[in-house]
Amino acid sequence: MRQEWESQIAEMRKGSVRGLARLITRVENRDTGWLDAMQIIYPMTGKACVIGITGSPGAGKSTLTDRLTRELSDQGFKIGIIAVDPSSPFSGGALLGDRLRMKEVSTIDDVFIRSMATRGALGGLNLAARDVVKIMDAFGKDIILIETVGVGQDEVEVVKAADMVLVVCVPGMGDGIQAIKAGIMEVADIFVVNKADKDGADQAVADIHAMLDLSADEASVKIPVVKTIASTGEGVTDLVRMMLQNFEAGRIRTSWQKERIKEEILSLLEKEVARHLRNRWDQNGNLDQAIKQVTARKQDPYSVVQEMISLMHLQ
Amino acid sequence: MNTEKKIRVLVAKPGLDGHERGARVIAYGLRDLGFEVIYTGLRQTPEEIVSAAIQEDVNVVGLSILSGAHLTLTRKIIEKLREQNANDILVIVGGIIPDKDVPELNKMGVMGVFTSGTSIKDVGAFIKSNLS
Ligand code: B12
Ligand SMILES: Nc1nc2c(ncn2[C@@H]2O[C@H](COP(=O)(O)OP(=O)(O)OP(=O)(O)O)[C@@H](O)[C@H]2O)c(=O)[nH]1
Ligand SMILES: [Mg+2]
Repeated sequence: MRQEWESQIAEMRKGSVRGLARLITRVENRDTGWLDAMQIIYPMTGKACVIGITGSPGAGKSTLTDRLTRELSDQGFKIGIIAVDPSSPFSGGALLGDRLRMKEVSTIDDVFIRSMATRGALGGLNLAARDVVKIMDAFGKDIILIETVGVGQDEVEVVKAADMVLVVCVPGMGDGIQAIKAGIMEVADIFVVNKADKDGADQAVADIHAMLDLSADEASVKIPVVKTIASTGEGVTDLVRMMLQNFEAGRIRTSWQKERIKEEILSLLEKEVARHLRNRWDQNGNLDQAIKQVTARKQDPYSVVQEMISLMHLQ
Repeated sequence: MNTEKKIRVLVAKPGLDGHERGARVIAYGLRDLGFEVIYTGLRQTPEEIVSAAIQEDVNVVGLSILSGAHLTLTRKIIEKLREQNANDILVIVGGIIPDKDVPELNKMGVMGVFTSGTSIKDVGAFIKSNLS
């Protein structure tokens, strides 16, 4: 098992795009041994810059990602893209359409795009997104862009995966401002007012500045607000310059590092424990049994859980 | 121990053909059957389709062609998949395909051909039975 993973990782490290793609699939699927695989990969990581791109649905995140990639790729950076779209809660399937807006960069040699479905995860990312970032890093990508689901609020998961977060807003209808209010303020390292070809772009910029001034204290760094027209590329050069400046100035989320690591360990643990339990229940039929009991009102869900926990010797 | 596995399908429209409805019907339909569908839109070159298929590590490439150019386009795509050692990916074709061309497509390696009136359930069942 471990050998199989090792040879796959070696193939990826040699630069095989197919190898990279397949490794991502297996880790995303939590194939047996995936934790061992990530242990091998982890020491190969730590070089790439990770940029999160979030914002309301249809704000232009994919179009902007395409433009940023062109610009950064022209400057010689190797780019990896993770584009997340929601899974259907009913069928478990997904329509992954971000790539539709990334046609032009999809065949550039040093660009690798991977679409991912949320597969039930909340917060705008896929559970394996952080692992996929590491795999792309180990492959040799310099910059990894993560486009989150367009949620509009609460999609702060990306902060835990990224060194820098762009929040994309659009002018008009109070939309941009609404999105910011919902707690997204704190996650932005750069605000982008996209669709600046539309009425109200300057107003949106002014509104965002006003909000930022309200919450800023003396010590905090000034958060830039940039106007772009992703569909034509206007403003993107400025945005890229600002992003690279941020990196050079070390204005990245290093202060979050401890929090991030703690959170990563806890969430991995939580998911792995739950997964193991579910797998075991699926096999031994205990879950079906419990469902039957509760349906017949012979037992309640609370005592089911308590029993399961005591079986784990956690109490 | 592999509960998270999903079948991934690329639905692509090669060439200059602008008939998008069939591809959309199939993309949404497969999503509703539980597949993860990557939809790349109109006017894709064979190169774009093959590189998307490889990066996304799909199990299936579904081509939607109503332009009449299905033979040349499909041949190109299958050749390029083979160049990349990716001929294990299941290729299916849908759209306006005259019956007389089906054997030729099969000979290239196309596993299934689906013309107008195709039910999405049949496509889903075909994919599942040909992958396992
Ligand atoms: C609607 C239509 C249009 C619309 C398209 C709107 C749009 N955005 O989609 C408009 C008016 C724009 C149009 C234009 C043209 N059209 Co037109 N059009 C049609 C028409 C009447 C219906 C197509 C349709 O949407 N069907 C509904 C969908 C749901 O069915 P479907 O596409 O067949 O898909 C089903 C199956 O084929 C299959 N399937 C399809 N794709 C896939 C993929 C996979 C992976 C799988 C598994 C299955 C699958 O499953 C689907 C669901 O059952 C057909 C005639 C016909 N009856 O098919 C002509 C037809 C396709 N058009 C034709 C032509 C010639 C043209 C034009 C060149 C006309 C002209 N001279 O200007 C232009 C070209 C436009 C362009 N840029 O490509 C010809 C094509 C001839 C050929 N291939 O030999 C047809 C067949 C008409 C004819 N009998 O001559 N057209
Ligand atoms: N007018 C205008 N339209 C734009 C601009 N940027 C993107 N669009 C359009 O806005 C629509 C949505 O763009 P996407 O890039 O798909 O937006 P998104 O945020 O990725 O969308 P989701 O992933 O679905 O949330 C597309 O039709 C784009 O062409 C812009 O600067 N100006
Ligand atoms: Mg998008």
